Amino acid sequence: MNKGLSPIVKNVAAVALVPITVFGLYVIAHGHLTPGGGFPGGAIIATMTALLLISFGTSWVKAIGKERLSMAESLGLVGFVGLAIMGIGKSFFNNFLVGQGLFFGNAVAFGPNPGWLGTAGLIPLMNMAVGLEVFAAISLIAITMFTAEVSK
Amino acid sequence: MNLLAHAPALAIAIPLLAAFAMPIASRVCKRLPKALSVAALAFTELLVLSLAAQAFSGKTITYALGAVSPDNVAAAGFPVRIILEIDALSALFAIASATIALLAIIYSIKFVKDGSKFFAAALLMVAGMLGMVFTGDIFSLFVFIELLTISSAALIAFYSGRGQPYEAAFKYLVVSSIAALMILLSAGLFYGQYNLLNLAALAGVLKFTFLDKIALVLLTAALAMKCGAIPLHMWVSDAYGEAPASVSAMLVVASQASLYALFRISFILFGKAPLIETIAWALIVFGVLSMFVGVSMAIMQKDIKRLMAYHAVSQTGYMLLGAGVCLAVINNPAALTAFGIKAIEGSLFHVINHTLYKSLLFLTAGAVIYRLGTRNLNEMGGLAKKMPWTAAFFVIGALAIAGLPPFNGFASKFLLYESVFLFSPILSAIAMLVSIMTLASFVKVFYAVFLGNEVKTNVKEVPLIVLAPMALIAIAIILFGLFPEIVLEAIVKPAAGALLNQTAYTGSVL
Repeated sequence: MNKGLSPIVKNVAAVALVPITVFGLYVIAHGHLTPGGGFPGGAIIATMTALLLISFGTSWVKAIGKERLSMAESLGLVGFVGLAIMGIGKSFFNNFLVGQGLFFGNAVAFGPNPGWLGTAGLIPLMNMAVGLEVFAAISLIAITMFTAEVSK
Repeated sequence: MNLLAHAPALAIAIPLLAAFAMPIASRVCKRLPKALSVAALAFTELLVLSLAAQAFSGKTITYALGAVSPDNVAAAGFPVRIILEIDALSALFAIASATIALLAIIYSIKFVKDGSKFFAAALLMVAGMLGMVFTGDIFSLFVFIELLTISSAALIAFYSGRGQPYEAAFKYLVVSSIAALMILLSAGLFYGQYNLLNLAALAGVLKFTFLDKIALVLLTAALAMKCGAIPLHMWVSDAYGEAPASVSAMLVVASQASLYALFRISFILFGKAPLIETIAWALIVFGVLSMFVGVSMAIMQKDIKRLMAYHAVSQTGYMLLGAGVCLAVINNPAALTAFGIKAIEGSLFHVINHTLYKSLLFLTAGAVIYRLGTRNLNEMGGLAKKMPWTAAFFVIGALAIAGLPPFNGFASKFLLYESVFLFSPILSAIAMLVSIMTLASFVKVFYAVFLGNEVKTNVKEVPLIVLAPMALIAIAIILFGLFPEIVLEAIVKPAAGALLNQTAYTGSVL
C-alpha cells in the first residue's frame, strides 16, 4: 500500500481540494451559460481524485470503494437517458422544463443579458448527470491505473 | 403516450438505458443483468419490427429529436435537429442487427459468469448498430461508430486469459478509430461547404466539388475498412477469431451496419456524381479481391474461428460486388433495369442471408470450442455422434454459405451470378469459383470437427438454451431458402427501391 508523500504535500493538497471542487461544481452548474459543462466540470473534480492518490496514497480508496464509484457513474448515465426519455410526451430529448417557470424552467431572455442560472430547463440537469458520470468514471480510471502500478 | 410514434428514438434509447443500468441491476440481484438485457433486447426487437412493417410498406419514417413533435423535422425550412430516418433499407439492416443480437445474447447467457459488464457492452453495441442504421446525419454516424467501436473492443478482449484477445481488441480499436476519424473529417468537409450535416439535405445540394471528392474517398475507404474488405481486412481475422462466439456473431452484423453506411453514402449522396463509376469500380475491385483472397486464406487456416472470419471477409466481397455493379450502371436506365437492380437486390438479400448463416456458424463453433476447449481443427474430431444437433446446424450453415440449394445462400448468390454475368462474365465466373472453394473449405471443416476419430469421449451436447438460438437461425435459413420469392418481395425489393430512389429519401426531410 502506498503511504503517500510528506505532510507538507498532504496539507497543501488538502487545502487545494476545496477550490478545485468548487471550481468544478461551478463549471458544471454554469454549463448552460458559460463555456464548460458537465464533461469539463466532471473532469476538473476528478483531478481531485488524482491529487488525493498522489499525495495521500491509496489507503483511502477502500473506504470510498470502487463499487460505489461505479454506481455513481451508472446513476449519472441513467439520469441522463432518463431525462431524455421524460421528454417523450413531445419527443425524445425534448426540453419540457423550459417555460414552466419551476426548477431552471425560465426561458432565456432575448438579447444580451448577465446570464441567469435558473434558465435552460433540462440542460443544466443533464450537465449535472454528465458531471457525475465523468467525475466517477475518470476517478475510477485514475484509481485503477494508480493501484495497478503500485501492486507491481 | 403513443409508443409507436417514438419507436425510432426508443429503439436506440432502451438498449442504452439498460446498459447504463447494469451495475445497479447486478447489485440488486446477481441474475438481474441477464434478465434485463434479454428483456431490453426483446423490446427493442419489437420496436424495430413495428418500424420495419411501416418502412417496408414504402413509408419513410422521420423522427426529430427534441422537437415539439417528432414530425417537426424542418421547422426553419431546413433540418437543424438530430434527425433519425428509417426507410426500407435501414429497416432491413436494423432487423438483422436486432434479431442476431437478441439471439446471440440468449446464447451467451450460459457462458458468461459475471454478466453485468459483458451485457452492458453488448447492449451498447446494439445501440451503436441501430443508431448507425437509423441516423439521418453524418455526424451522428460518427458518434454511433465510436460507440460501436469502443463497446466491441471491450467485448473482443472479454476473455483475456490468453493475451491474444488484447492484441485483437487493440488492433480493432486502432483501425476503427482511424476509420471514425476519416468520417469525422469528411463530415467537417461537408459542413464547411454547405452548413449541413443531414444526409438527405446534403444529397439535394451536393455540387461534387474537389472537397466533396476527397470526402467521398475518405468515407469509402473508412467504411470499407470497417466492413473488412480485402486490402483493409487485417483486423477481421483477429477480432472475429479471438472474440467469444456470440460476440463474433454480433461483430458480423456490426460490419453489415458499416456496409449500410457505405451503401447509403455511395448511392444516396453520390449516386448522381460524375465520378461514381470510379467508386463503383473501386467497390467491384474490393469485392472481387475480398471474395478470392478471403476464401484462399480461409482454406489454409487451422483455427476454426479464424477460418470462419476469413469466410466472412469473402462473403462481404459478394455484397460489395453486387453493389458495385449496380452503382456502375446507376445513371444508365437500360442497364439498370436489365441487371443493375437485380445486382443490388442480390447484394441486399445476401446481407440478410450472410448475417443468418455466418452467425449460425460462429455459434456452432462456439459450442464446439466450449465442449472441447480447443479451437485447433487438428485436435477435433468425431463430434457428430456426441453433438448431433450442433452438427446438423453446422451442416445447414455450411451448405448455406457455400450456396447450395435449397438453402438461403443459393437464392442470393444465384441472383448475383445472373446479374453480374450480364455486366461482366469474368466477375461472375470468379464469384462461382469462390463459392466452390467455400464449399471445399467447409467440407474440410465438417470432416475435421464432426467426423473421424473421437478425440474426447466424455463430450455432451450443449444445453438447450444454447441450442435454441441456433435452431431458430437454422429454421430461418431453411425457410428463406425454400421461399426466397416471399423474402425478395417483402423485404429486399422495397430496400433496393429505397436505395435507388434518391428523391424519396431527400423529400422526407425537406
